[in-house]
Amino acid sequence: MKNAKKLLSLLLLLCFMLPMLLSCHGSGNETEHFITPENFDTTREHEIVFWAKNDTNKTQISVYQKAIADFEAVYPNITVKMKPFTNYNDIYKEVITNIPTDTTPNVCITYPDHIATYKTGKNTIVPLDDLVKDEKYGLGGSEVAFEAPTEDEMVQKFLEEGKIGGVQYALPFMRSTEACYINRGFVEKLGYEIPDVLTWDFIFEVSAAAMEKDEDGNFKVNGQKVLLPFIYKSTDNMMIQMLKQKGAGYSTEDGKIEIFNDTTEQILYMVADAAETKSFTTFKIKGYPGNYLNAGQCIFAIDSTAGATWMGSDAPQSDISEDRIVDFETVVRPIPQFDTEHPQMISQGPSICLFNKEDPQQVLASWLFMQFLLTNDVQISYAQTEGYLPVTEKAHNSERYVDYLSRSGEDNDLYYSVKLDATKLLLDHIDDTFITPVFNGSADLRNAAGQMIEEVVKGLNRQKTIDDAFLDELYGEMTALYRLSGVRQEFDTLPMESVVLLSVLGIVWCCIGVYFLCKIVKNKRQKQKK
Amino acid sequence: MKRLLAVLMILVLAVSVFVACDNTNNNGDDTPKVDPNKKSEGSMTYAQYDAAKVDDEVVIEGFVQGHQSWWDNKITVYLQDGDGAYFVYEMACSEADSKKLEKGTKIKVTGNKAEWDGEIEIVDATFEILEGDTYVATATDVTDLLGKDDLVKHQNKFVSFKDMTVESIEFKNGEPGDDIYVNLKKGDASYSFCVERYLTDPDTQVYKDVSALKAGDVIDVEGFLYWWKGPNTHITAVSK
Repeated sequence: MKNAKKLLSLLLLLCFMLPMLLSCHGSGNETEHFITPENFDTTREHEIVFWAKNDTNKTQISVYQKAIADFEAVYPNITVKMKPFTNYNDIYKEVITNIPTDTTPNVCITYPDHIATYKTGKNTIVPLDDLVKDEKYGLGGSEVAFEAPTEDEMVQKFLEEGKIGGVQYALPFMRSTEACYINRGFVEKLGYEIPDVLTWDFIFEVSAAAMEKDEDGNFKVNGQKVLLPFIYKSTDNMMIQMLKQKGAGYSTEDGKIEIFNDTTEQILYMVADAAETKSFTTFKIKGYPGNYLNAGQCIFAIDSTAGATWMGSDAPQSDISEDRIVDFETVVRPIPQFDTEHPQMISQGPSICLFNKEDPQQVLASWLFMQFLLTNDVQISYAQTEGYLPVTEKAHNSERYVDYLSRSGEDNDLYYSVKLDATKLLLDHIDDTFITPVFNGSADLRNAAGQMIEEVVKGLNRQKTIDDAFLDELYGEMTALYRLSGVRQEFDTLPMESVVLLSVLGIVWCCIGVYFLCKIVKNKRQKQKK
Repeated sequence: MKRLLAVLMILVLAVSVFVACDNTNNNGDDTPKVDPNKKSEGSMTYAQYDAAKVDDEVVIEGFVQGHQSWWDNKITVYLQDGDGAYFVYEMACSEADSKKLEKGTKIKVTGNKAEWDGEIEIVDATFEILEGDTYVATATDVTDLLGKDDLVKHQNKFVSFKDMTVESIEFKNGEPGDDIYVNLKKGDASYSFCVERYLTDPDTQVYKDVSALKAGDVIDVEGFLYWWKGPNTHITAVSK
């Protein structure tokens, strides 16, 4: 009987302790599920704040403004206040500043990498899975008062990109990839033909060949004192795509850093060879690729397809004066590849996230607006402002969009051929795109990826020797600067090893407790006997 | 006699005030006059910096004339000494140190000379604060150099332009909040200026003043002679 009592006490204690142990982890960043209200209350006024991103392009602002006006006409009880930003980092800075005071916007254009940081705040970001599938208010739901795309009408690949740890935290808004904008005349003058799919070897070889000068010190190919044959805008993308094409490690889905590997070293030596001849440089070191391309001072400019309106002699947008622009034919190609049979390129572009608020009706109003941004008119109008691709099949297949794509070159504005070529590039290669894993710290890893290329190019410019010692030091600097050591993982659930360890610890403490309890009881009984 | 004494006392007072004023720096405060070109050992003169090639390591000393907003342990600073000016782009700086970079503070910067679309700057820089001397530059009037090759010699300096006519004011985002692009005319020629939001945000007086300008207004401008495919002064003050 005595033993049975002891056993019972022990079991009770264990039952009490284990749930405590298992529930006390991760409470700091767990995101609660949003419960969608049964009905949207149209009798109440809602004001929602929308932080938008534009590319210093006023047409994009006017697209947003029209979208807001059209939405408010459908839902007169909702007012949308927009705050436009011209770069993602400014949005990121403001959001993280506003999280502690709960003054975040309701709807925000952002990058998934940034969302990974936002969601470390408690219950900050609304998980969208239930909202997307809600029969009444989900994508294209029965109670949605406008023609929204259904979940099936989204480009599934782009939709998947908004998932972090298997949970849908963002919806895509626009998508782009990178393209290589080429001065055809220069390539042919150097004795080469532009292949349909570029290789890294080709682009580095042609670039090196272009460095030949005449007796006056002018480059033979352009007759100018300045020539930067190959300029890459986003070197983080360059490194990420080269690693992916090589099948090499970058990071795992759960945040394990894999970038410091042999392939990275090979890539950096490849970059060093090109930089040593001064035939390769970067935006951060020299300036916008498009400006040099348009001035006849660059042969291969790699930039976003969304930047196509800045590329070429007839580009509708330009930072340089007309007298500096030279006349040439611009050819658009996917980024260079290691394996031309299996091209791989990054998928990028703005996504939309929803911030949680105390009033579920306000969140629902925000969700409806978020959905409105996916309607055909908004998607097509915004995509046309640059070389963006709409994120819904519904828009791709619409008569208006098909007509738009068919009219390439009709003018140098809406139908600017380089812009449409860049758009079609992504449309034709959706299945060849990829994204990198998103976790708290993935933005730092991305920065480090680009920084390594920048440092190698700068190192050569500064007469440094790029060797194993340089790269070892570089890896160390990047690890320290971007805090890349170890695994940058967020635990929504504890790994099994931790559960076992904590359970064992719990049992040990319980046993200790039971032992002392028994001892006290025993002592009392002995005293009573005396 | 009393009158004479009074006059003498006033004279003594006036002379002492005059001497004291003469002994202040350009900021008008009562700190002793400093030599803005004085360098410690190992630092370059402006001429040596000017002669350095792009990508060379440079060590300079200058006085903070302004800086952009701090972020992510980096800060962009406008420096000047008696001979020239320096634009130090994204210098490594803790948030605590950024608060010490007040106007006039002397710092020693180690970095690499670089050129980005025409702007000569120092990148990958670190710094140390040099206690003691302070110096605030007065604006150099470069109006007559507009359109001339010599203007670039004043790159990054604190400068002024007189009697400029407003041609256009354009908010980068179409509405207040971000940079303001300003086109000013002198004669028939038009020149680009900018209210750089990270230097003077929408809460500053200059942002408000420029926002209120209309085409045809004639104004005097002060700012840092930044360069981006030509002069693109970062405006710090305007007056009608």
